[in-house]
Amino acid sequence: MSIEQVLFYVFAVAIVASASAVVFLRNPVGSAMSLVACFFFLAGVYVLLWAHTIAALQVLVYAGAIMVLFLFVIMLLSLTDTGPLVQLTPSRAAGALAAVAVFSALIVALKKLPDVAPGWTADPSQVARFGTIQYLGEVLYTKWLFPFEAVSLLLLVAIVGAVVVAKPRI
Amino acid sequence: MIPTSHSLILAAALFAIGMLGVLVRRNALVAFMCVELMLNAANLTFLAFARERGDVTGHLSAFFIIAVAAAEAAVGLAIVIAVFRARGTVNIEEIQSMKH
Repeated sequence: MSIEQVLFYVFAVAIVASASAVVFLRNPVGSAMSLVACFFFLAGVYVLLWAHTIAALQVLVYAGAIMVLFLFVIMLLSLTDTGPLVQLTPSRAAGALAAVAVFSALIVALKKLPDVAPGWTADPSQVARFGTIQYLGEVLYTKWLFPFEAVSLLLLVAIVGAVVVAKPRI
Repeated sequence: MIPTSHSLILAAALFAIGMLGVLVRRNALVAFMCVELMLNAANLTFLAFARERGDVTGHLSAFFIIAVAAAEAAVGLAIVIAVFRARGTVNIEEIQSMKH
């Protein structure tokens, strides 16, 4: 087993463990911290998939900005969670069953995927530029310019919407 | 290299855990965090296929998902704050009517 595979399995176990901690910890701050850990391990997997730029963005935007926003809101609301962690009402039991069913359906579907050997790695020029910030930028600002601008508009609308919704009085 | 199917199974597990959290937890904030988990599962799938095909489009899709997740988190948390101000709770069980 190569070092790459060993690292992948270590990260995979850590991801599943920290994601389960997000769901099953009682304290929301604990959930948020394990979510941060989960994002870091995911960034590690992204690096193993040769997506260095996205891994950096994952740490900066997800683990940095979004989780700080979550922690701010948790502290602002200062919630005290009493009562059982999960009350097993019929609808919740159905939800848990649905999650298990989706997982098994996904596994069955993935088993049918053909295993494509990545032949493109034979070309050194493609390997050298794959996932670099320069090549991503070239494609983003030529082929994907319109979606990029649409996302900037979306972020603007989200900022205005968040202020309007959260402020008691404008 | 890592087989693509292993990354995809990991993504499926992450998605199922996130879905379980959304459907089972009562705290709206934790449910939101589980939505982020599901979005990350989608990201992982895109990146795994990008690695397999040598196609950088998967990376850009992941980039856009991150941007949309940031927008979603901002608006969603604003709604959580507004609901908390109006009802004094973020427990999903107690927020059942659309009336103010």
